[in-house]
Amino acid sequence: MLIHLKNVSYTYNLNMPFETVALTSINLKIDKGEFVGIIGHTGCGKTTLLQILNGLLEPTSGQVFFDSIDIHKNKHKLRELRKKIGLAFQYPENQFFEENIFKEIAFGPKNMGISEQELEKRVKQSLEIVGLDYYSYKDRSPFSLSGGEMRRLAIASILAIDPEIIILDEPTASLDPQSCNKLLSVIINLYQKYNKTIIMVSHNMEIIAELTKRIIVLEKGKIIMDDTPRNIFRFSIEKLENIGLSLPQVTYTLYKLKKMGKPVSSAILTVAEAKDEILKLVRKR
Amino acid sequence: MKGNFLIKFDQVSHFYDLETEHKVPSLLDISLEINKGDFVAIIGANGSGKSTLAKHMNGLLLPSEGNVFVENLNTKDWGKIWDIRKKVGMVFQNPDNQLVATTVEDDIAFGLENIGIKLEEMKRRIDWAINIVGLSELRNSEPHLLSGGQKQKVVIAGALAMHTSYLVLDEPTSMLDPRGRKEVLEIIKRLNREENITIIYITQFMSEAAQFKKIIVLDKGKIISIDTPKNVFSKADLLINLNLEIPQITKLARELAKYGLDIPTNILNEEEMIRYLCLYI
Amino acid sequence: MKFARNITIGQYVYKDSVIHRLDPRVKIFTVLLIIIAVFLVKTWSGFSIIGSYLFTNIYLAKVHPKFVLKGIKPLIIIIMFTLLIHTFTTQGEVIYNIWTFNITREGIQKGLFIAVRLFYLILSTSWLTLTTSPIALTDGIESILSFLKIIKIPAHEIAMMMTIALRFIPTLLEETEKIIKAQIARGADLESGNFIKRIYNFLPILIPLFITAFHRADELAIAMEARCYHGGEGRTHYRQLLITISDFIFFIITLLVLLIAYCLVF
Repeated sequence: MLIHLKNVSYTYNLNMPFETVALTSINLKIDKGEFVGIIGHTGCGKTTLLQILNGLLEPTSGQVFFDSIDIHKNKHKLRELRKKIGLAFQYPENQFFEENIFKEIAFGPKNMGISEQELEKRVKQSLEIVGLDYYSYKDRSPFSLSGGEMRRLAIASILAIDPEIIILDEPTASLDPQSCNKLLSVIINLYQKYNKTIIMVSHNMEIIAELTKRIIVLEKGKIIMDDTPRNIFRFSIEKLENIGLSLPQVTYTLYKLKKMGKPVSSAILTVAEAKDEILKLVRKR
Repeated sequence: MKGNFLIKFDQVSHFYDLETEHKVPSLLDISLEINKGDFVAIIGANGSGKSTLAKHMNGLLLPSEGNVFVENLNTKDWGKIWDIRKKVGMVFQNPDNQLVATTVEDDIAFGLENIGIKLEEMKRRIDWAINIVGLSELRNSEPHLLSGGQKQKVVIAGALAMHTSYLVLDEPTSMLDPRGRKEVLEIIKRLNREENITIIYITQFMSEAAQFKKIIVLDKGKIISIDTPKNVFSKADLLINLNLEIPQITKLARELAKYGLDIPTNILNEEEMIRYLCLYI
Repeated sequence: MKFARNITIGQYVYKDSVIHRLDPRVKIFTVLLIIIAVFLVKTWSGFSIIGSYLFTNIYLAKVHPKFVLKGIKPLIIIIMFTLLIHTFTTQGEVIYNIWTFNITREGIQKGLFIAVRLFYLILSTSWLTLTTSPIALTDGIESILSFLKIIKIPAHEIAMMMTIALRFIPTLLEETEKIIKAQIARGADLESGNFIKRIYNFLPILIPLFITAFHRADELAIAMEARCYHGGEGRTHYRQLLITISDFIFFIITLLVLLIAYCLVF
């Protein structure tokens, strides 16, 4: 498998007065081509986990393997890893600093030794994937864009590295509905057309349920659930409710109906599925 | 008389870039009245003028045409601007960029210091405000250690301490996590219910707007509609055209209606949906 | 990153001591007087009086010596260096000779004097910052400066700037950490290269940081205006500074001690 976290724990400020345990005994395997969603309350360790995944943080105990190689065994391996895993933090547009969009996108690949000719190709391709026209955008300042465009630009700057794995931390945070939809189609495209492995953290359960194929639930630094969305909604829905995580509106509706004794399934991920399930029931009567 | 306690927009237009040939209108011929005690949401796509409208309410922006009155005080009257800003408090989107002091109680005190309130009165108001928002235990906390929701509550407390009657909130939950969003919505509902504070809440999320008594819909600087959530949401096609998001549950209602179920298409929350469905199943 | 940061700005450590309870203005003036005394005093007995006074203050502050030493550590080298320079370069009565270097009696004395002076300076400023919170210091400075309003010193504005800076330092530090990580994730190399190259490599950190800082300042200004901020005129103060009998007594004692130190002639 692609990424393997073996008994990983992480403590901030180890052995100092403000020591905080962020992750405990994380065992996680992610294969190529997966679309994984990570959910949990603020403070559960999501962001720490993401940084462990791409090697920005070294576990205080445990190991991180990429393609079966321990990534912290040597610095060179870590460098190489950066080319394979792209990580977009929350509000990634806060990392912009170049005078034009071309340079901003080229920053990543340039750092990784990509040649000048290849750079242009990469920039063109990245902009195309996120739906921004190369010729009209390449000379503009990154700061002249709208909020939604900046977000997509930031994603493009990560894509230019041409990583196999893309990690996104709350990619739709603060976006207006229209920009949000545009960004989601980009992400779906990355998964379906470009076959990227995607790991996404989000508070938006509706997006997680619809898009991801596997959900990992973190609570207080531990993984408490790791399954497909459908299985989680079918078997562990009470557990989610108990830790206070909200469900997609349609799932919640079916869950409540099920609790009232109606013969429906709560393993519902989308509006279409909910509609079908409800109509099935109505027709039965 | 009730008539005096309101915020009134009288044919207000606002243009950015007045100097150039190209006047960019952000607000066009806005006339509306928001009465004391109202609980109203303002929705609109990006660029519809929501923020511009909000900033007119406390004189941060002045109309290019027309007038804005806050309880009969004209916002253009510079001599009255501090009185206006005492009555109209504002909460912005970024929780961090509104906190100015090194502790919670010092931040709440900031506004009071600005308007020259004496020490004894300051202490009373701070105690009262901090209690209402439920942050008494965090009096001495530093801002960077608070959650987003807590930070916004500090900002709200600061406005309360100024004895604000109209609280304008410009997308206050956009940068918060679900817990924080719930906290903010809960506190403003309580303030409206228990302290009769007028709430003017700008959002792009229908699921939030659905919880208000009245919704003002803006598009390209104009008011498209002022109505109850029920009525606004029954015009779902209108909302889609305005690039506004429809809650998942409303989408489901529309789908079910398409397939012959006689349920209203303006269902806004799960409880309502369940009630209607129970009539069928 | 919420849990990662619990920064204490400066060195302030809260303790319930008589020194902690002193008015910050009194402490600031004390340090100023010590600085003056330290440079005016020219005798060993004078220095020992100042020294005992300083150590007494530190003891009364109930501060653990390790915190004080923490302040001295970085400057030990400078002190040693100064000591050596003066020992070897001052003209006078030669007592020792190593190669071409003469160690004079005057040299040793001068060197030691300066070393002791530096040491006392560090001790007294550490004492100040260990016992006075940054915000109390700001209040003290504002109060002192406001007496200078006559010569048009913008005391309130300076204090406001300091308060906002203190408020935003932890936030900006968190931001910096995030930016650094984001750029490293894009392959930025912040460790290798010569001095010039390293500075250049930090531009992807500095520029976004500046931009976000300006953006914050902009939004903060609007928020402050919305809360009726209009400069220092007509402003009242929530945090009050009160001079008490203890402050008075402390100040008098300080004056006396330093005066005696100065007057001693041997």
